[in-house]
Amino acid sequence: MNTSDSEEDSYNERSALVQSESPTIPSYNQDHDMSLPQETDTKRRRPVSSGLSEPGPVEREQASTPDGEEEELTLKYGAKHVIMLFIPVTLCMVVVVATIKSVSFYTEKSSQRLIYTPFEEDPNSVGQRLLYSLLNTIVMISVIVVMTIILVVLYKYRCYKFIHGWLILSSLMLLFWFSFMYLGEVFKTYNVAMDYPTLVMIIWNFGVVGMICIHWKGPLRLQQAYLIVISALMALIFIKYLPEWSAWVILGAISIYDLIAVLSPKGPLRMLVETAQERNEPIFPALIYSSAMVWMVGMADSSNTDSADDRRRNEGGARAQEGVESEDDAAQGGRRRYSAEEDLEEDRGVKLGLGDFIFYSVLVGKAAATGGDWNTTLACFVAILIGLCLTLLLLAIFKKALPALPISITFGLVFYFSTDNLVRPFMDSLAAHQYYI
Amino acid sequence: MTVAVFFGCTFIAFGPAVALFLFTIARDPLRVIFLIAGAFFWLVSLLLSSLVWFITVQISNKNSASQQRGLLIFGVVLSVLLQEAFRYGYYRLLKKANEGLLALSQEDTMPISMRQLAYVSGLGFGFMSGAFSVVNILSDSLGPGTVGIHGDPQHYFISSAFMTLAIILLHMFWGVVFFESCERQRWWALGAVVISHLVVSCLTFVNPHYQGSLIPTYIILSVMAAWAYLCAGGSLRNLKLCLTCKDKDFLLANHRPR
Repeated sequence: MNTSDSEEDSYNERSALVQSESPTIPSYNQDHDMSLPQETDTKRRRPVSSGLSEPGPVEREQASTPDGEEEELTLKYGAKHVIMLFIPVTLCMVVVVATIKSVSFYTEKSSQRLIYTPFEEDPNSVGQRLLYSLLNTIVMISVIVVMTIILVVLYKYRCYKFIHGWLILSSLMLLFWFSFMYLGEVFKTYNVAMDYPTLVMIIWNFGVVGMICIHWKGPLRLQQAYLIVISALMALIFIKYLPEWSAWVILGAISIYDLIAVLSPKGPLRMLVETAQERNEPIFPALIYSSAMVWMVGMADSSNTDSADDRRRNEGGARAQEGVESEDDAAQGGRRRYSAEEDLEEDRGVKLGLGDFIFYSVLVGKAAATGGDWNTTLACFVAILIGLCLTLLLLAIFKKALPALPISITFGLVFYFSTDNLVRPFMDSLAAHQYYI
Repeated sequence: MTVAVFFGCTFIAFGPAVALFLFTIARDPLRVIFLIAGAFFWLVSLLLSSLVWFITVQISNKNSASQQRGLLIFGVVLSVLLQEAFRYGYYRLLKKANEGLLALSQEDTMPISMRQLAYVSGLGFGFMSGAFSVVNILSDSLGPGTVGIHGDPQHYFISSAFMTLAIILLHMFWGVVFFESCERQRWWALGAVVISHLVVSCLTFVNPHYQGSLIPTYIILSVMAAWAYLCAGGSLRNLKLCLTCKDKDFLLANHRPR
């Protein structure tokens, strides 16, 4: 499979996604797309073998090196980017699992529910439970679709201020209210005495620095840490407030939606990406995890022409959901994932949408929450990482926007249910007799 | 006592493996990816063997303890065979990937050699196997409880930790020997690896009598360690050079340029 010249031409026309100062799209749920960077015209394109089955994405690199070395470099760089995504995803999952296992608040079922899942599941009747979880899923997915479409419409008609405000509102909620709740529960669990003035000081500092880092500028590591923390907080909220069966069905439905929204020609996410590319603007800078130094406002100038074709678009939407009470204006963060080019260093950053983090962590967190079995959690963790690796590999092969959720969530769900029902009794019997395999 | 037991057993079980990971694998992203892929393959093999075991249990007589025990033994043997089959499958996959990569690039060298892949995949198998065997036990050891209150063995935790350590290291050695024997087409060596895995697993059937299972396992571990060392290209001479810091290649490789 060789990338065609026509592709190259079309990439030539587009300019790089530049990080603008105002964050563009706020919330819509999920958009986990991944796409690969397209090469610049300064870089020679190298055909990617479609028969390649090595794990790790293959990327294109500067054509100054001979072929073989280039392939080797690309494999190494591809592997490096996979690891750059593995680490934050792992950290987010570790935070969520650690919280679930220690703070009991997030596993207690309360009567409060999100307004997006209005049907209460009755644990006694299987049929009714199934039906209600399907209905909950339909409601949730429709909310997401509607939000996404609103977002795309707003973006198309350049209502940046509205989007900007929406985004700020949602991150305010996450950074202040949810972290306050979280801290409160942690203190309750460990029986730590805390006074309000100290607490206000802590939350205020945490929140303000977070807002600055995420929406404006800040040290890269700090920004990454904040994004991981807010994804973990969001995932914990989902784990607490989504009913049992609904959560699993929603996870499945959301991967399907992601697939459709990103790959189909009329999909909202695809339209969003294309609009952003036409306008030469970055998408959702505030709700994307980036692994390299990217927030250079003037990056467009010299590197623009270079990065024109060499642009990787990874898109995912981030989703920040509002509180538990029946508030109508739910702010939802859009997640997008794309990579911006770094010409200054060879290290091309990779970006992943926060929604991907959130849903991966929801899956692993639910695996940790149900039952005391660590094997299930481990199995889901490995499955999700392998799914991410495969997705990145596909990204390297196809070089266009791809959704990040389907493969990982599918693997995760398959491994969750099979480990919970099949492997657990087997390993328990083995451990009881102390047999080793 | 419980936290001490938890940390002690965790470090016993995972200490050497984590040290190996940190010092040799963590720096190189490609190796990390292959490690996780190896872990995934082990997981899939476990899944298949549990599926078969589960089906046999469902169609069997649940009340008969001896039948259940027999089925468990069958499950163990099947699992070992499946693990080795998946190790072979992983080897074939890596071989194909390497060939593809080599065909693409005009260079002769690959970013990661087959021997490194053998080591990394063996360790991946080992990590997953060890984790699945011992993590639940470790988390139980953290909480309150009395070991062996009904007359069961008192040394449950520590023997599990030592057994897990042996299994992890064994998987690593088996990986190295397995891949090497596949490369050299030495099928007897392959058989030896499978048989030693079976022997180690079957030794655990005697298990409250830890001297019957742990000691032979560690003997097999040392034999496999020596064999893997020889397969990886080591020799007595290399060992002597390394220990007396006279190994010029190693010294040169670590020499920092001024």
